[in-house]
Amino acid sequence: MKNKILRIKKSLYVLHTKVRSLFGLLDAQDANSMLKHGVFAMHLDIKKVSKNFGGIVALDKCSLEIKEGKIIAIIGPNGSGKSTLFNVISNIVSAGKGKIYFSKEDITGREEHEIAKIGISRTFQEVRLFKNLTIEEHLKVALSDSDYKLIKSFFYRQPNEDDRIKEILEMVGLKKPVSTLSSELSYGQKKLLGLAVAIAKPHSILMLDEPVAGINPELRKEIFRIIKELNNKGESIAIIEHDMNFVMNLAHYIYVLDSGRLIAEGTPREVQKNKRVLEAYLGK
Amino acid sequence: MILLFVVHVLILISIYILLAVSLNLVLGYTGRVNLGHVALFGIGAYTSALLYINGIPFVIAFLASGFFAGFSGFVLIFATKRLKGDYYALATLGFSFIVYSLLLNLTSITRGPLGIAGIKKPELFGFAITNNFSYLTFSSIIVLISVFIIWRIVSSPFGILLGAMRDDETALKVLGKDTKMLKYKAMGISAFFAGISGSLFAHYISFIDPGTFTISEIILVLTIVIVGGIASTKGSIVASAIIVVIPELLRFLPLPGGIAGPMRQILYSIILIVLLLYKPRGLFGRIELE
Repeated sequence: MKNKILRIKKSLYVLHTKVRSLFGLLDAQDANSMLKHGVFAMHLDIKKVSKNFGGIVALDKCSLEIKEGKIIAIIGPNGSGKSTLFNVISNIVSAGKGKIYFSKEDITGREEHEIAKIGISRTFQEVRLFKNLTIEEHLKVALSDSDYKLIKSFFYRQPNEDDRIKEILEMVGLKKPVSTLSSELSYGQKKLLGLAVAIAKPHSILMLDEPVAGINPELRKEIFRIIKELNNKGESIAIIEHDMNFVMNLAHYIYVLDSGRLIAEGTPREVQKNKRVLEAYLGK
Repeated sequence: MILLFVVHVLILISIYILLAVSLNLVLGYTGRVNLGHVALFGIGAYTSALLYINGIPFVIAFLASGFFAGFSGFVLIFATKRLKGDYYALATLGFSFIVYSLLLNLTSITRGPLGIAGIKKPELFGFAITNNFSYLTFSSIIVLISVFIIWRIVSSPFGILLGAMRDDETALKVLGKDTKMLKYKAMGISAFFAGISGSLFAHYISFIDPGTFTISEIILVLTIVIVGGIASTKGSIVASAIIVVIPELLRFLPLPGGIAGPMRQILYSIILIVLLLYKPRGLFGRIELE
């Protein structure tokens, strides 16, 4: 009897979320909840995406996928279109052609904040922080998945998020007072705060654009540890990175771009042996 | 005599505090230079004056001035939604010229260049405000409540979001925040309070014409916000007192009538230049103007 009730409850939940999905009303919390209930497996599918800037081809029919619980890496020489691909997924840059599906739902061309709400969190190549906001304010902005309602914000006390903030800062190893302005942080600390903000935002996919570029070897090890820890907790992660040692030791699957084209893909071992990849990096 | 003059200055200070604090909500917290703010002030003044003269109770006229200015703010933000930075500032300046032109040419409603004279001080629930002392009390209460509401808004999580939008709109969007809605809300609130400060102004001065709400008035309010400090409510309050009092003191100097006016403008400019050179964040601001 108990099992029967549970099955009915689950079926009703599936029906409810599918109706919400039909009307485009899903957000990150829905998506995470659906993953837990096994309604679907998280899956980001990029199908033949192209993007031109004037006469320059930034992306040419790129297809790749991010699967649940995996770390994928996107590598390639400078100007190969890696960051453009992240920008197209977030719709900061609109896709010229092609489609992007999030767990079978077409999200191509949706507004940036809608894509973020579905559950895609990201960092930028150049750290983008709010220079006049403190560390605590950054994390408070990131932690809430809804826009603050003006009236609610005016009359009600916000929930205490101090423990969650402390937990995230400990995880990324940012040891600065939470009242510190982001403009007062060093480059490495800014990188860590950028990572903390992306982790704090409710998400089901984390996209990290060059997380260890321009930082010292100790911090590089620290960020390696953080990403590994997140993945061990079941997070799906996509990384753009130039540091080959970093990528090869971390990623489950690698995509290689050159001049906007996907020239190779496979496990780190397969990619390392691929002639086209070597040519792209070292020349013929 | 001196007491009456002090009361007059205090009433002006209270009105400019509300005007400056409401401008700071948009300029300081969302980072968008709204040069149409004085037009919204004018819309509020005309709405309240016209309704009251035509027999509408003051409370309704007063609230209508805020709501109509707020609605005009929505129209302005809708029309300029694709613009940023200098282009946005220029478009809002254009809005103030359009409003000026409408006030000047819709003579059947606004009486055009003749303006509206004889705007009476309000009567509230059977209690008539007849002298400047009681008007000072009334305007102080309204300004106090309004400034408290704005202060609560900017120090709430909603205010933090506005600050984040000012610093990096794209970074905020990728955190799932709808920045378009934020802009509408911030502009609506700012315009509402500009409108009710216009109502306070019209019922105090008792005469308004289109010339009251022009570019020189925008410069005055911008000067207050910049001197006080971007994104600082306290700064706008202190600067309103300073910037309103200094030109009033000029009255005591033996200057010919034709010189006193331009002297005010020169004074504002000198204050701005000195401040931008030596204290670019203003008196209490933590944000540097870019």
